[in-house]
Amino acid sequence: MLTLTPVETEALLLSLRVGLVGTLCSLPLALLVAWLLARGRFVGQQLLNGLVHLPLVLPPVVIGFALLVLFGRRGPIGAWLYDTFGFTVAFNWKGAALASAVMGFPLMARAMRLSLEAVDRRLEAAARTLGASRWRVFWTITLPLMSPGILTGAILGFARSVGEFGATITFVSNIPGETQTLPLALYAFTQVPGGDPPAFRLCVIAVIVAMAALLASEVVARRLDRRIRGVP
Amino acid sequence: MIEVDVEAKLGDFALAAKFVAPSAGITALFGRSGAGKTSIVNALAGLLTPARGRVAVRDEVLFDSERRINLPPNQRRLGYIFQEGRLFPHYSVKGNLLYGAKRTDAGAFDRIVALLGLGDLLRRRPGDLSGGEKQRVAIGRAILAEPRLLLMDEPLAALDAARKEEILPFIAALRGALDIPVVYVSHAMDEVIRLADTLVLVDGGKIAATGTVEALTSRIDLRPLTGRFEAGAVIRTVLRGHDKVYGLSELAFPGGRLRVPHIDLPLGTPLRLRIHARDVVLASAAPNGLSIRNAFAGRVIEISPDNGPLVDLRLDIGTPAEPVMLWARITQRALADLRLAVGSPVHALVKTVALERPSPGGGRGVSEAHEAY
Repeated sequence: MLTLTPVETEALLLSLRVGLVGTLCSLPLALLVAWLLARGRFVGQQLLNGLVHLPLVLPPVVIGFALLVLFGRRGPIGAWLYDTFGFTVAFNWKGAALASAVMGFPLMARAMRLSLEAVDRRLEAAARTLGASRWRVFWTITLPLMSPGILTGAILGFARSVGEFGATITFVSNIPGETQTLPLALYAFTQVPGGDPPAFRLCVIAVIVAMAALLASEVVARRLDRRIRGVP
Repeated sequence: MIEVDVEAKLGDFALAAKFVAPSAGITALFGRSGAGKTSIVNALAGLLTPARGRVAVRDEVLFDSERRINLPPNQRRLGYIFQEGRLFPHYSVKGNLLYGAKRTDAGAFDRIVALLGLGDLLRRRPGDLSGGEKQRVAIGRAILAEPRLLLMDEPLAALDAARKEEILPFIAALRGALDIPVVYVSHAMDEVIRLADTLVLVDGGKIAATGTVEALTSRIDLRPLTGRFEAGAVIRTVLRGHDKVYGLSELAFPGGRLRVPHIDLPLGTPLRLRIHARDVVLASAAPNGLSIRNAFAGRVIEISPDNGPLVDLRLDIGTPAEPVMLWARITQRALADLRLAVGSPVHALVKTVALERPSPGGGRGVSEAHEAY
């Protein structure tokens, strides 16, 4: 009961890898978008805001299909990627990471934006008067002060990535060992006779992973927050 | 010199401030809240970009709209001490102090820490400092960045009276020990008189007057701005003698000597006195048989055009070469009975003086009220 079957191990490790890579790759982009939305003032800001939040409100199948059209081997971006770098995301785990990253992006960008908006700009002004350049202010004041939000955003995005189903199965299909993440494996078991017990085991694993991620984020965010507010 | 000539539109508020102040000692920007004092300081620091104008400190142009010069705040080398301290919560006290510190002078850190009494706080976080401690750290942090000018925006406004007394000596000490010019924003006249050399009166986004504290506080037309309740004159004196027998000290000013209880300072120490208008009694003839010994002959210079029961008179009790202005507040009735008019000779009797002791050699500056004898 306590040991995982090879299928379970494969699905779990793949899920973690997909979630981790997807989260880490979209982190800088989410930070940039959060910055543009919180601090920028430009035409089309509301449009960008809507675009970022689309994956949250659209059916995941729509996202998956859009990715397939754009990043498929014959899609405009996919074809260019393949011709230029010999790199493709079609029907492999990188595609799964891309799909889950897109789905997790709104949560991540939103948490970062909120934390950035909460940063006291007067502290940044004080740092400027002490001789710090904009760049130094960003690294020494803004980023540390918004770190709990970055962490929360990353964990939320990661949890969302690990659980992603609709966009992934539409975009990169359900290939064991390549794109069959935990939820996809679970779905596969429910489609065959006698698949309920292994499906149930995967359910438990999914719950454990999600809970661990949430607990970890709580603990680390609280510690960071205390550090920032200077309470021992 | 500190040259400011800025125009800016901030919502409904129009700022059009122009003044020149010496870049030595403490210059106070004084005015009601909302007069535009903070905006002026922000324009100096580069945190506010004026629509038009010029800002220069010690001949270096920081902002000039015509020549398209606008140094960013981090290149202006102006220390800024904010009302709320603005310490970085995620740094220790030491980290805050060192944030902008220049490493040109290795001993500077220890000296500033000693001067501001921060030795025991270095490892603490801003979160568990008292308001007064926070402001001391903020002052130290700004000084360690080696600014050519310190800007202080009501650094005491958020503190209670006891904490204010904790900080004031340190600010007074800046003048003596560090020789950094200071622009000090305040709406409290007692702080201004205690600290400032030059006074800039700000009203409705404009500069109403610039001059020495002594000159501006003695002008009737500025009374609505300098404050009626605190009405009084500021006189510069020098400690000239000690009367060991009666335990008195003598303070000389052009036109006479004031006797106050013994002051334990060396002869020759310059001392600034503040004499409230309500503490001055007038007599039309030289007083006789009175316990007040501080009586000075003078002349009425000006009578405030006031309709209330009280009237303020400006007197000159100095010499023809060096006039010394004094205010007296008497009733309209007394004014009529004594038949006082502009030019009338009069004798002024001083009951109490408030002594502003500048900090000789960088020690603590203190302010105390003294009965005058």
